[in-house]
Amino acid sequence: MKRGNVWKFGDDVDTDAIIPGRHLTINDPHELAKYAFEGIRPEFAQQVRSGDIIVAGRNFGCGSSREHAPLALKGAGISCIIAKSFARIFFRNAINIGLPVLECDEVDQIEAGDALKVDLEKSIIRNQTKDEKYSATPLPEFIRKIIEHGGLIGYTKKHIRKIT
Amino acid sequence: MSGRTISEKIFSKAIGGVAKAGEFAFANVDRAMINDITGLLAIESFRQIVSDCGNGVWDPKKIAIIFDHQAPANSLEAANNHALLRRFAKEQGIVNYDVGDGVCHQVMPEKGHVIPGELIVGADSHTCAYGALGTFATGVGSTDMASVFATGKLWFKIPGTIRFDISGKLQDRICSKDLILRLIGDVGASGAVYQACEYVGPTMRDMGISDRMTVCNMAIEMGATTGIVEPDAKTEAYVRERIPGFILKEPLRSDEDATYELREYDVSDLGPQVACPHGVDNVKSVRDVEGIKVDQVFIGSCTNGRFEDMRIAANILGDRSIAEGTRLLIIPASREEYVKTLKAGYVERFIDAGAIVEAPCCGPCMGGLFGILGDGERCLSTSNRNFRGRMGSANAEIYLGSPATAIASAIKGRITDPRSV
Repeated sequence: MKRGNVWKFGDDVDTDAIIPGRHLTINDPHELAKYAFEGIRPEFAQQVRSGDIIVAGRNFGCGSSREHAPLALKGAGISCIIAKSFARIFFRNAINIGLPVLECDEVDQIEAGDALKVDLEKSIIRNQTKDEKYSATPLPEFIRKIIEHGGLIGYTKKHIRKIT
Repeated sequence: MSGRTISEKIFSKAIGGVAKAGEFAFANVDRAMINDITGLLAIESFRQIVSDCGNGVWDPKKIAIIFDHQAPANSLEAANNHALLRRFAKEQGIVNYDVGDGVCHQVMPEKGHVIPGELIVGADSHTCAYGALGTFATGVGSTDMASVFATGKLWFKIPGTIRFDISGKLQDRICSKDLILRLIGDVGASGAVYQACEYVGPTMRDMGISDRMTVCNMAIEMGATTGIVEPDAKTEAYVRERIPGFILKEPLRSDEDATYELREYDVSDLGPQVACPHGVDNVKSVRDVEGIKVDQVFIGSCTNGRFEDMRIAANILGDRSIAEGTRLLIIPASREEYVKTLKAGYVERFIDAGAIVEAPCCGPCMGGLFGILGDGERCLSTSNRNFRGRMGSANAEIYLGSPATAIASAIKGRITDPRSV
């Protein structure tokens, strides 16, 4: 269960917007978090609170393969990202590092600052501000298993003998 | 059983079974590549995975480490990252292409690491460029790569296929870049997510490997998992130059009854295209934006930094100079491409015209090295992304175009149709 307030974004939020290329010498999530969205939402790094939730439109995280993008958001305390859809590499990077991502068609009803309660297991989003309930697309079984291990590192560690 | 696409065929081999679009599977990876910005995180995660079962990678001969994004090092942090990656490469017996060798997506095929029919992953989103050689190649993250380093395997969602059947002869000064920009404009930035873009037809068969690389390189800008071209005699010749005796054993193409979405194009009348700020799918005809002033022009990158691109630029430039008030940065994509450009006399011609010619690296493409754009500045670039803030200031604008459009715009100092200069 994740609980937090919403940061709202539109379609096609790219990885350069999430973390600009000039900061990619940094590998520490908390250090990266200082520069998250610095070009397009300069107040984000200062105002984000642990547990906050990002809600976006289509194709969130398009562009680069930089894992620094989900890492910066995880470092900023983002507990979950809900979008109409995700770019492929961002989606797998988020899953792999244990940052929950959910696809939901009803994100247009959610506004900045709304308080959400997200049940990841049941893929249900409760908007406590608006007293509404939305259903997200359940994650495939295959991906749930990676999440159950806290990400791909835990999964691979556990299965390393089996899959090699 | 219905027929299979090229991608399903490659994945079937890689998973040792029948791969069907939409399914998840672990597949054996044939090759893996990291660069100097994604490498560090991959190594850290790799060490966590193998902490209690030895410290060796699955197969050092199948991995390459390439320095290009911050090469040569432009900060203390970058220098330290390079040093750490060099040590890791040496420790593990992995080949390391160091600063000055070139952009990873040029070095990989050029040095014989890309073979038709194989499955390659690279910790960089433009890895899809290797599809120009009939390889299934795709960009992955650093933790993905750590898992590959440890096991040689990775999870995939087997992609569906969009088949672009392209016919018609491109007009003089119209480039493969104009073609791919047109496709991206039509499909949109997320129109091909979890799809392989298969490019077929007479236009693709006529294209050389360099142009096929440009077209495959930008498949990711439609959200695609990869771009791929059927390997042919040109592919075989290119690979054989790098791997003596290489023979294309069997034709690799999608079956007639395979499942795919078909999109047909006739490019005979295609004019020059540009992707306008701030999205790669915001594609317009040059005619619609002609005359817009540019402060900087960049010719280079894994998309358009090859000798063939330099030749296009040099031929249009002739003995003219670039416009006053416009900076022209030219960066051949690898040592090999640089030397060819040099021997052809183009480097001198570019410098005489007022350009800055730099050693092989990613340059201004991702705003982390040099050639950064200031507030309110505008750049026309042959690279692959024009996202807000990518080359520096969030208040700068990036237009993407072909090498022909780029040099024409540098000559005039304004976005210019290359057929008009």
